[in-house]
Amino acid sequence: MEIEIMRPVVKFNWFKMFWDGFTNMNRLSKTLWIVAIVKLIIMYFILRPFFFPNVLDTTYDNDADKAKHVRTELLEKASGAE
Amino acid sequence: MDLLSASAVNWSRAQFALTASYHWLFVPLTIGLALIMAIMESIYVKTGDEKWKHTSKFWQKIFGINFAIGVATGIILEFQFGTNWSNYSWFVGDIFGAPLAIEGIIAFFLEATFISIMFFGWNRVSRKTHLLSTWLVFVGSSLSAFWILVANAWMQYPVGMEFNPETVRNEMVDFWAVALSPVAYNKFLHTTFSCWAVGGSFVAGVASWYLLKKRHTDFAIQSLRIGSLVGLVAFVMLAITGDGSAYHVAQKQPMKLAAMEGLYEGKEGAGLVAVGMLNPAKTAYNDEVDPYIFKLEIPKLLSLLGYRNINAFVPGVKDIVDGGYPLADGTTALSFEERKVRGKKAIQALADYQVAREEGRDADAANHEIILRENYAHFGYGYLETGEELIPNIPLTFYSFHLMVMIGFFYILLFLVIFYYLYRKNMSRTRWLQYVALWSIPLSYIAGQLGWVVAEVGRQPWTIQDILPVNAAVSAVSGENVMTTFILFAVLFTGLLVAEVTIMVKQIKKGPEVAEYEKVEN
Repeated sequence: MEIEIMRPVVKFNWFKMFWDGFTNMNRLSKTLWIVAIVKLIIMYFILRPFFFPNVLDTTYDNDADKAKHVRTELLEKASGAE
Repeated sequence: MDLLSASAVNWSRAQFALTASYHWLFVPLTIGLALIMAIMESIYVKTGDEKWKHTSKFWQKIFGINFAIGVATGIILEFQFGTNWSNYSWFVGDIFGAPLAIEGIIAFFLEATFISIMFFGWNRVSRKTHLLSTWLVFVGSSLSAFWILVANAWMQYPVGMEFNPETVRNEMVDFWAVALSPVAYNKFLHTTFSCWAVGGSFVAGVASWYLLKKRHTDFAIQSLRIGSLVGLVAFVMLAITGDGSAYHVAQKQPMKLAAMEGLYEGKEGAGLVAVGMLNPAKTAYNDEVDPYIFKLEIPKLLSLLGYRNINAFVPGVKDIVDGGYPLADGTTALSFEERKVRGKKAIQALADYQVAREEGRDADAANHEIILRENYAHFGYGYLETGEELIPNIPLTFYSFHLMVMIGFFYILLFLVIFYYLYRKNMSRTRWLQYVALWSIPLSYIAGQLGWVVAEVGRQPWTIQDILPVNAAVSAVSGENVMTTFILFAVLFTGLLVAEVTIMVKQIKKGPEVAEYEKVEN
C-alpha cells in the first residue's frame, strides 16, 4: 500500500481549480467539451431560432392576445369535433 | 380533424417520443452511475484503500462521457413545447413551468458546481469534501429528475390548479399538491430506481467484460459487487414501487390499466395476466371476439394490486366507455357519452364567458364561469367524437408492460446468481454468467424505454388527463415542418449516440488507469 503523502494545507481557490482543470485537460476531456459545445451551438443557434420558434411569443406581443389565440384555437378545435 | 392537422399531431407526437426516448438513453446512466461512484468513493474514504479510489475514478470517467454527451438533450423537449405544443404550453401555464424552472436552477447550480469539484477537485479539496461533492452530484441529478417527473405526473393526474377562463390558463393554487401528489412521488421513486437499475446492470455488464478478457480482475470484482448490489436493490424496489404505480393508475387512469392488461370486460376478482398473447382478430372494443389467443393468469391479483381488495371490480375498456360501474367513492362511473356532453358544455361555457365579457355582461360571465367550473373535469371529452378515441394502443401498451416486468424479474434472478458466485469466490471463472451479464446490458435500457411507453402511450389520447387531448394541445403548425425537424433530430441524436458509444467503448477498452491501479495492486 502506498503511503499517502500529507499535502500542505493550502487555501482553496475556485478560480485556480477551474483554470488548472481546463488548462490541463487530457484528450478525452477536450473531445467531450467539443462534442458538448458543438451540440449546444446546434441546439441554441440553429435549431431554436430557425426550426423551433415559440409560436405565441413570435406572433403576439402581450398575454391578452396570446390568450385570445389559444381560446380561439381551443374553441375551433372543439367545433371541429362536432 | 383535417388531414394536415392530423399529420401535425402525429408528427409532433412522434418527434416528442423520439426526443424523449433518446434523452432517456443518457439520463438513467447519469443518475445510476452517480450513485455507484458515490458508494465506491465512500468505501475509499472509509477504508483508505486506494484501489477503491481508482475504481471510483474510472466510473467517474464513464459518467463524464455520458454526462457531456447527454447534457441538455432534454432542452429540445422544451423547444417543442413552444413550437409544436403551444396551446398546451399556454393552457398549463405556470404549473408546468414552475417545476421545469426549479429543475433548471437545480440542474445548473447543484450539478454544475459539484461536478466541477468532482472532476477537478481531486487533490485540491479534502477527501470528505470531494466525497460530499460526489454525493451532491447524485442528489442534484435525482432532484433534477424529481421536478421533471412532477411535471409529467401532473399531466397524468392534474391537481392543485384552477382554470382561469380570462387567461385561458390553469393556474397553480396549491404548489404542494402539485409537488407532492401521490402520482408524482411514486413516479419519482419508480423512475429513479429504474435509473439505478440501468447503472447497476451497466457496471455489472462492463465488469463482466473485463473478467471475460481476464483484465483488471480485482477492479472488475469490486465493480461487480457494487453494480450488482445497486442493481439488485433497484430491481426489487422497482417491483415494490411498480405496485404503487399500478394502484395509482387503477385509481386515476383506469383506461391505462385496462390497456396494460388487455382487459376489455371488467370483472370482480380480476386476475393479473402473467403471460399472454393478444388476439389480433379483435378489432373493436365491443365486438364479441376473445381478446386473448392464450393467457396465463394469477387469480385475483389485478384486483388486489389495483384496489387492495381481492374481490374488487376492475373496469375493462368497455366498462370505461359505457360507464355504469361503481366507483370507490360510492358514485357510478359516467359513460363516455355523458362525459362528452359535459365536456361540450364546459367548452361552450368558455365561449359564452368570453362573449359576455366582451359585451360587458359581467353577471352572465360569472354564470358561464360557474358552468365551466362544474363541468371542467370533463373538458377534454368535448374534443372527442367516439368512445373508441378514448382507447390507447392496447397491443403496444400490453406487450410493453409485460416485457418490462419480465426483464425486471430476469434481472433480480441474474443479480442473485451473480451474488451466489461472488460469495463462492468463483465469479471470475464462471464465463457463462459473465456473458449473460454483458449481453444483458441493453435489456435494462429496453425495460426503461418500455416503462415510458406504458406511461405515455397508455394515457393517450390525453396530454392532460381528461382535460386536454393531443389534437387540441397541438399548435397550428404544418406536419411537413415537424417531419423535417423530426428527421433533423433523428440525425442529431443518432450522431450523439454513436459518439457516446464510440468514446465509451474506447475508454472501457482502455480500462482503469493501469499505472495507478496496478501500482496499488502490487
